[in-house]
Parts: sequence; structure tokens; C-alpha cells
Amino acid sequence: MARRTFEVYRGTAAEGKLENYDVEVEPGMVVLDAMFRIQAEESPDLAVRWNCKAGKCGSCSCEVNGKPRLSCMTRISDYPEGESITVTPMKAFPVIRDLVTDVSHNYRANKKIPQFKPRPKDAEDGWRMQQYEVDRAQEMRKCIECFLCQDVCHVLRSHDRHEEFVGPAFMVRTAAFSLNPIDTVDRLEFLKDTGGIGYCNITKCCTEVCPEHITITDNAIIPLKERVVDRYYDPIKALVRMVRGGRKKG
Amino acid sequence: MEIRERHDHDVLVIGAGGAGLRAAIAAQDQGLSVGLVCKSLLGKAHTVMAEGGIAAALGVVRDEDNWRVHFRDTMRGGKGLNDFRMAQIHAKEAPDRVREMEGWGAVFDRTDDGRMNQRPFGGHTYARLAHVGDRTGLELIRTLQDHAVHEGVDVYMECTIIKLFVVDGRIAGALGYWRPTGEFVLFRAKSIVLATGGIGKAWKVTSNSWEYSGDGMAMAYELGAELLGLEFVQFHPTGMVWPPSVRGTLVTEGVRGEGGILTNSEGERFMFRYVPEMFMGDYAESEEEADRWVEGDRVNNRRPPELLTRDVVAKAITSEVEAGRGTPHGGAFLNIAAKRSPEYIKKKLPSMYHQFKELAEVDITQDPMEVGPTTHYVMGGVKVDPETAETAVSGLYAAGEVAAGLHGGNRLGGNSLSDLVVFGKRAGDSAAASAAEQAGLADIPDADLEEAIGESLAPFQRDGGHNPFVVQEELQQVMQDKVGIARTATALEEAIQDIRALKGSLKACSVSGGRAYNPGWNTWLDLHSLLLVSEAVAMSALGREESRGAHTRIDFPETDPEQSNHNTLVKEEDGRMVAVNDPIPTVPDDLQTLIKEGV
Repeated sequence: MARRTFEVYRGTAAEGKLENYDVEVEPGMVVLDAMFRIQAEESPDLAVRWNCKAGKCGSCSCEVNGKPRLSCMTRISDYPEGESITVTPMKAFPVIRDLVTDVSHNYRANKKIPQFKPRPKDAEDGWRMQQYEVDRAQEMRKCIECFLCQDVCHVLRSHDRHEEFVGPAFMVRTAAFSLNPIDTVDRLEFLKDTGGIGYCNITKCCTEVCPEHITITDNAIIPLKERVVDRYYDPIKALVRMVRGGRKKG
Repeated sequence: MEIRERHDHDVLVIGAGGAGLRAAIAAQDQGLSVGLVCKSLLGKAHTVMAEGGIAAALGVVRDEDNWRVHFRDTMRGGKGLNDFRMAQIHAKEAPDRVREMEGWGAVFDRTDDGRMNQRPFGGHTYARLAHVGDRTGLELIRTLQDHAVHEGVDVYMECTIIKLFVVDGRIAGALGYWRPTGEFVLFRAKSIVLATGGIGKAWKVTSNSWEYSGDGMAMAYELGAELLGLEFVQFHPTGMVWPPSVRGTLVTEGVRGEGGILTNSEGERFMFRYVPEMFMGDYAESEEEADRWVEGDRVNNRRPPELLTRDVVAKAITSEVEAGRGTPHGGAFLNIAAKRSPEYIKKKLPSMYHQFKELAEVDITQDPMEVGPTTHYVMGGVKVDPETAETAVSGLYAAGEVAAGLHGGNRLGGNSLSDLVVFGKRAGDSAAASAAEQAGLADIPDADLEEAIGESLAPFQRDGGHNPFVVQEELQQVMQDKVGIARTATALEEAIQDIRALKGSLKACSVSGGRAYNPGWNTWLDLHSLLLVSEAVAMSALGREESRGAHTRIDFPETDPEQSNHNTLVKEEDGRMVAVNDPIPTVPDDLQTLIKEGV
């Protein structure tokens, strides 16, 4: 059995540092397993957030060698032997302790999205939808709320625009509602104003880190941006609105 | 006084999986003030792990299906120990509970004519599980979570309840602590719904997370509620067995529902040899017949024996391994690649594809998986009234895995998600109705709160004691070795002694560091419930001297018809835990005929 060195962030938002831990690793072990071993053998107070340990709940998000990852799905053997592995909390959110961050921003952002409202039922037993229509919504509904896309998004990570931009995860959520074949709600004003969709300049970093392989930029954000532009920034439509005396928007 | 924060609600729901969320929505619908407390972040509860689907006799895929068939399947799957009234309510109400979620935004897989599709599953006569690929639980929890939040339910996340209080004979409140700060918080409420899930964390090989420490069962027991049928712990037949770090991680029954076959090291499809007498004639008798069923002719052929109930399949895999016909890492082969195209597998079982690819470096569209039993679910729990979900404690309700009754000796796959929404709603409705009748909130004496807080902070006062994680590992080893899938009186008696000794170790634990997000301290607090319920499980298992459903006694290998008329009930008597027999309510003649002779 091999030993590997982990450099783990220990501390709070105010102060903290990387601590070294030597951990014995077995075949197949993931980074989260190494954190458990540290808890069991050295530091029972090492703060880690986790639940399913199968890549399905999105609790154990952190950064491994500076890259946003689910620690339960990151195999230790993917990193070259002989080099230490750095484990730090998500940078886009305030640290509570060690690897645990305050992700409450995301729950506030989600609450701002106008809720789903269905059209009247198509039959007594519910609605009729075709699988091909449902497929597009289902891609968005795979989101496990790990917030890794939020963590990597430079609008949040580097520019701290949490109040102005809900972030890629909630573009995905908005798309999930809007792609639901029976939804009736218009969310374009929300996207333009509260949602801050204009902040995204489609660098696609979010798509790259999504553990569910949701094509966030291409299938969620860009189509939503197009619809916002269509309504609020189309010069011909703006002219028509001016002539008709409509309220000037955007 | 340590408590700086207090919240008052008409109804407090503890636990935010499917049952808790559905209960909160129901109570909120009555126009009351509702608080929802959860140990983790919202949306992370174990419901998210449910993969295969939600069972409801919608009659979409097969017209012949109706509540009577679903009821019969559930009772037969539970080996006659189910509460018949709960099974009846469940089968009748599940279709409405599933359909209403579509109106709240759930997007289920469709049939060609645009209706909700249904998938076959173990023990269900017809294709009955509404599903979303292999992530049905995620769809359910997200739908309920969004609906609850937008309806105005107040959510308290990463808050663990450690004690419940009764004042003047009725539930009055709950004491908890915030995980991020370690500060205490008091909730007062007129009614409380427990939706805290099971106790899977007591075993070493498990599909359950750290949260499943039996908190609800332990807290209810301490107030005088009774624990029913705890010897029935479901070992899901298909958990991952390799690599070691993911041993126990769930492999959905949906793999078998979609045609996956089980083989041993000799390449034999062994399940044909394990069809119990009760189900003779209900399953395919040749591989050819099973193949024709998988290919789509479900009217003229019977389903493959891989779709027998979970207790039967788990025991069959264990027997094959014991007979020396196991896989290299001690399991069975589960092969879907042999029956379905790579495209089909990726479409229908996407998360299984990724799980094996990323964690085990196995491509399930090409190669078989290695699987073996893993602790998954507990059929037993707090005894409740079948209509209202009320426990023996006035004003305290329980729904979902924490409650007992619906599943009897073995739960059918897909019946858990439907249980959550059917009885979650009922518990929320009853809790709200009874809260509305109360004059006001009761005051909880300061002395009681101070005592509870003092006990919970005790390990900080000690130095150099045991590490709580080590005590937890020792308990998991005891439960795995002595209260596992095959049991004996000797091992169970030893386990009870071991658990009592571990309770002593718990008292000698110390915790270092501060109270803010300290997993060592949090685990120490959880261990109190984990040990209490583990002892109740071992005592219940010792009491049932027969093999039935998920409970297997090597020293009593046969099912004893004499023991079909009672459940095991654990309660406190004169300060001691005792296990007694609790007679099963008599099933009315018409339902009895339905169970025996079919629809």
C-alpha cells in the first residue's frame, strides 16, 4: 500500500493554512476517502461536507489541485505518484471551516426564479408530452446542485457579483423550467434584470466542470440569451415599440 | 442559558427527504406556519439516491394494473407482516401523488403516446414504476424542494435535532444545533412530523450516508413511542463490491428491470434455481422465455427470475458466493451489455454508466459489473396509526423510512418513493389538523433544556478519550458481522453485549476542537441514536426464531407459519429496553382472498 501526501486547508474565512497529512491509500480510493482517513486517524474535527458518496447529491464539492471537483468522484490514482495533492474549499463562497463553505447564496438565487406553472391538463389523468420534448428539459434537470459551475464562474469567483448574477447553476434551473413542455411562465424579464444573464460572456468554464456533463453554456445559457436579446435588444422591435409608444426597455 | 435562538411554528417537520418535504407541503396547504429542519443542505437527503422509479398502479403500460394488484404484490412481498390498511391506502393513493408532481414540474419519461412511462421491477406483477432514467429520486426531491420553498415553508438547513420534548402529555418542541456554528436552537411547535429516514449507517457495507443514524426512532422511543419490526433490514442485492472504497454503493434494480442478468463464476444464470415456492409459476422458466419478455412480449411470457424480490435475490447471491461460485471480489456478475445496446444502456441507465466508468473503470456497455448485497433500507421503525401516521406520542407523527408498517418483512423496489409521498402527505395533513385544534404553544422548562445541552457538550470536557469515529467503526463491524444478512442466536446475543459495551465507550469519548462544523462532535451525538436503535435491531432479530423476508436465521432456516401473526415490538419498560410480540391486525376476508387467490 502506498502513502500519499495531502495538503488540506484548515481554518476559517478569517485565517487558515494548508496542513500536510500522510495517508495510506488503497486501490480505487477517492479524495473524500482520504479525508475520512484523516478524520479517523488524526483530526476528527476536519470539516468536510458530504452525503451520498456516489456523485449523486453534490455535497462534497471542493477544489483538488485548484480545480473544482466532487471529492467523492475524484480518484487519487489520477494524480501522479510522488506529488502531493492539494485540497481546498470552493473559492467562490465564504469558508465556514476547513473544506466547508457557506453556499446559502445559491438557495437565495434559486428563490428568485419565477416558479413553474403548468398549462391546464390535457386529459383527466394529466398531460401528454413526447419523449423528444422531455429530453431537453431532462438534460437540465440532471443538475445535482454541486455548485461547481458557480465556483468556476469568473463573474462569481473573481468579480464577486453574487448579488447581480444568479450564476450558471440557476441559468440551468431557469432553462429546466422553460424547457418543460407544459410550462407557461415568461422568465425573460427575470433573466435580464434579477438574473443578470448579461454578465455571462460564454467562456464555457461551467460546462467543463459539470460532473453531470450538462452542456450549460450551449444548451442553457446561449438559447436564453438569444431570447432575451430578441425581446429587449432587437433594433427593429425596439423601433416598433417606440413608434407605438411602448415603454423603453433595456 | 445557552439558547439564543428560538423559532415557533404550528407544525415542525424534521427531515427533508421526500416524506418531510411532502408533509411540509401538506401542512403549508392548510395555511399554517410550517418549519422544516434538515441535517444536511436542502436537496441532499437520501431520496436523491433512489434510482429506479416510483411505484404506482397508473395502468399506463398495462391496463390490467390497478390498486388491487399493487396491494397484493406489496403484501406478498412483505411476507404477510405488512399493516394491511397501510398497504391498501398506499396502493390506492400512489397514482394521485405521482400525477400531482407532474403539475409541480417533475418531468417523467414518456411512452410513445406521450403518457408517463412505467418500468418493470422486482416483485411487481406489471411494469409499474414511473421513472426518469436512473435518477428518479433526484427528480422527486428537486420537484418537492422547489414547490415547498415557493409555497413559503421555512427551511432550517444543516440543523440537527437532538431531543424532543413533551409537555402535559403532548409534543411541544425540539432542541437542535446548527452544524456550521455549533450553537443551540429551540423550536416550539403544536405538532411535529418525523421524517428522519433509517439507520443504514450502523453497518459497514451500506448504501446509506452519515445522516442515517436512526435519530427519529431513538428520539421517539425515548418519549415512549414503540419500534416495530426492526429485525427486517433490507440488504439490497446489488451494491458495488470493487474497489474497496466504494463497496456498498448502490447499483439500481433498474439494471435488472431493463434486462440485466445475474451469473456466477461458472457463467450460470443461477436465479432460475432460487424461485421460492410462493412465487412458482410467476417467473420465466427458461432463458428463452425470459429473453422474449425482455424483448417486449410481456403478455405471453413471464418475467426473468432476476426480478424476484430483493430478499430472495440477496440471499441467492450470498449462497453462490458461499458455494465458491463468486466473482473475483466476492459477488455475482450483473450483465446488461449482453442484453442491450450501448446506446440503450446510456439512455436508460446513464448514472450507472458513469458510476462504474469513473469509480471502477468498468464500461457497463461492454463488460459485466460485480455486485453483492449492501445495507439499504429498514422496513421496521416507529409504529404509527395507519390512517393518520400518528405515533404513540400525542402530536408526534412519522412518515417514510422512519415509520413502520407498510413494507412488512421485505419492501418492493419503487414502493419507498411512493411511501414517502403517500404517507408524507397524510402525516402533514394530520399534523396540521391536530395543530389547528391546539390553543397555543407550550413552554418547555429551562431545566430540561439545560440538562440536554449539558449532556451534549460533555465530550468537550474530557481529554484523551476514545475517538468517536473509532467507536462508529467498531459498531459497524459488529452489525456487519453479527446482525448482517445471515444471523444466529449466539451472534445476536454477542452483538447485544458488544453494543452495550460500546455505549460505555461512547461515554468515555472526548472531542477536540471547537463546536463549529466539528464532525467528531457531530458523530458523537449521532452515535447515541445509532447505538440505541442498533440494540433494538439486534433484540428484534433475536426474538424472531424463523427465517422470513429479509430476516434470515441460520439456526431457524424455515419460515414458521405460527409466526405470521405478530410483529416484534421494542419499547421501554421500567427503564429497560424490551422486545414483545405485537399481534397483526386481522385482514378482512375480501382482502385476504385477494392476497391468496389474486385479482
